[in-house]
Amino acid sequence: MISELTAMLTDPLMQRALLAAILVGVSAPVVGTYLVQRRLALLGDGIGHVALTGVALGWLVGAAMGLVPADVLAIPGAVVAAVIGAVAIEIVRERGRTSGDLALALLFYGGIAGGVLLIGIAGGSSGSLMQYLFGSISTVTTADLVLTVVLSAVILLVGLGLRAALFSVSQDEEFARASGLPVRALNIAVAVVAALTVTVAMRVVGLLLVSALMIVPVAVAQLLTRSFRRTMLVASVVGVVVCVAGLTITYWYYLSPGAMIVVLALGVYLVISLGRAVVVRRRPHPAHDPHPDIPDDLELDATGRPGKATTTTGPGGDTCNA
Amino acid sequence: MSAPDPAAPLISARGVRVRLGGSEILRGIDLDVRGGEMVALLGANGSGKSTLVRSLVGVTPLAAGSVELFGTPLGPRVPWTRLGYVPQRVSAQSGMPSTAAEVVASGLLSRSRLRLPRDWRDRAAAALDLVGLADRAESATSELSGGQQQRVLIARALVREPDLLVLDEPVAGVDAPSQQAFATTMTRLVGDGLTVLVVLHELGALAPLVGRAVVLRHGRVVHDGAPPRPAVGHASAAHQHLHPHAPADPAGTAPHLGLEDSWQPDRETTHGPRTDS
Repeated sequence: MISELTAMLTDPLMQRALLAAILVGVSAPVVGTYLVQRRLALLGDGIGHVALTGVALGWLVGAAMGLVPADVLAIPGAVVAAVIGAVAIEIVRERGRTSGDLALALLFYGGIAGGVLLIGIAGGSSGSLMQYLFGSISTVTTADLVLTVVLSAVILLVGLGLRAALFSVSQDEEFARASGLPVRALNIAVAVVAALTVTVAMRVVGLLLVSALMIVPVAVAQLLTRSFRRTMLVASVVGVVVCVAGLTITYWYYLSPGAMIVVLALGVYLVISLGRAVVVRRRPHPAHDPHPDIPDDLELDATGRPGKATTTTGPGGDTCNA
Repeated sequence: MSAPDPAAPLISARGVRVRLGGSEILRGIDLDVRGGEMVALLGANGSGKSTLVRSLVGVTPLAAGSVELFGTPLGPRVPWTRLGYVPQRVSAQSGMPSTAAEVVASGLLSRSRLRLPRDWRDRAAAALDLVGLADRAESATSELSGGQQQRVLIARALVREPDLLVLDEPVAGVDAPSQQAFATTMTRLVGDGLTVLVVLHELGALAPLVGRAVVLRHGRVVHDGAPPRPAVGHASAAHQHLHPHAPADPAGTAPHLGLEDSWQPDRETTHGPRTDS
């Protein structure tokens, strides 16, 4: 067991994969926290679809330029397309919320269909897209790793450095505007950082599951915390744990690491929400009174008819405790 | 561009027109609010009160006219830190768990300050103390009552130590202790010289503080001066407005103590004493 673990940790392929998994595990939930707060939990999925067109476009350009391998520009292509797509989605959202939903849907379908068509034109098959759709963490190269490190640093710098401002804009845009905050710039910052997260996490879990890594750890954290900072911290811890655990399991069992990571995250969510339900049920008085200091303004006699108003009730409120 | 005139009104609106969804909500509003004034903005539902304050603080775009805050036309140059704004809200909650202190602290930010100052916890606590919630700083907003959440939003506007406070229906549908806490807070702040523009449905507990009332009707100013007396039937102290806000607890699992559910005339015979057992 120990020797197998040592073998895993000294395998350079696995070292790179683990490092990528840790970086993604930390940074994806940071961005996901803002997306959930903005009720844009599905934004990551939308960006993922658009990024697929970017992958195919990068492939097409690479093939046209005769680069070897042909997909060397796939990830830069994904970064560019994801950023453009995310900013476009943000502009649509800002213009008007009612039609935004539909516009997003159109963008998603365009992203997938465009990707499949372009990859065909580039001389690949839709099968070539599989590693982007479902991840290929075991094929992370040193160059990939460098890009992952740089992009993760940008994501964490923006996501943590501007936390208060992004919280304000995500919590109450109207107040943020009247505070003088650069609301549009901050919204675009969230969109761009979400796009970078999608492209970074693409290698680990694949475009179709990217959003799960941004959202599910946040959903877990929400069950356990009452402050925003703590939610973000717990979400990142959950993200790292499931990424490393999922990757480790699939080192020994031939299963998709991306799918394993997401299933583990969902499992954690299930266990914690069930455990929480049990704990809450065991408490003697689960429903707490949000107005403990309010005196009742009507006195009721035993027959239930309204009596005269009273001001003599103390804290706790009830005038007629049985 | 010349420096703002120190004697200029804090708010100066000229010919403000706002269109929303094809209908003209504001039809040429002129309004000046000078330093030290406490102005109530009154009017029936749909008269444009909220739209007016939203356009005064730069949230709703103007179709025509102009607004100056602190002698500066609306835009990035306005000294936004001097403005405290309390939007009309039913809750201070967001899609994420957040504490009262965290929500209040976002009031410390501005164009030139995108990160919290080191002493943000102390300043948030001081602002929460102003609204009588000193002990709830670390409470999750979801654990607070509607009135307490409204007070959190007022604390968020006060934490920046503004010269001008703009509030949109701060006491609508709010529990009695929160209304009293609000009136106490406002009395203190107005005494300290804060300038206030407040949208109200009725003057209520704030009546002694309000020196001037502006009444809107169908997007026009129909009265600007001494606070008017309410229409017949709305005048007595016993007159109670109940606002149809969604309950904070839709499932109805938490006990509510208040007029709305304590007395149900049509269920007189079945409504016995509350026992909570």
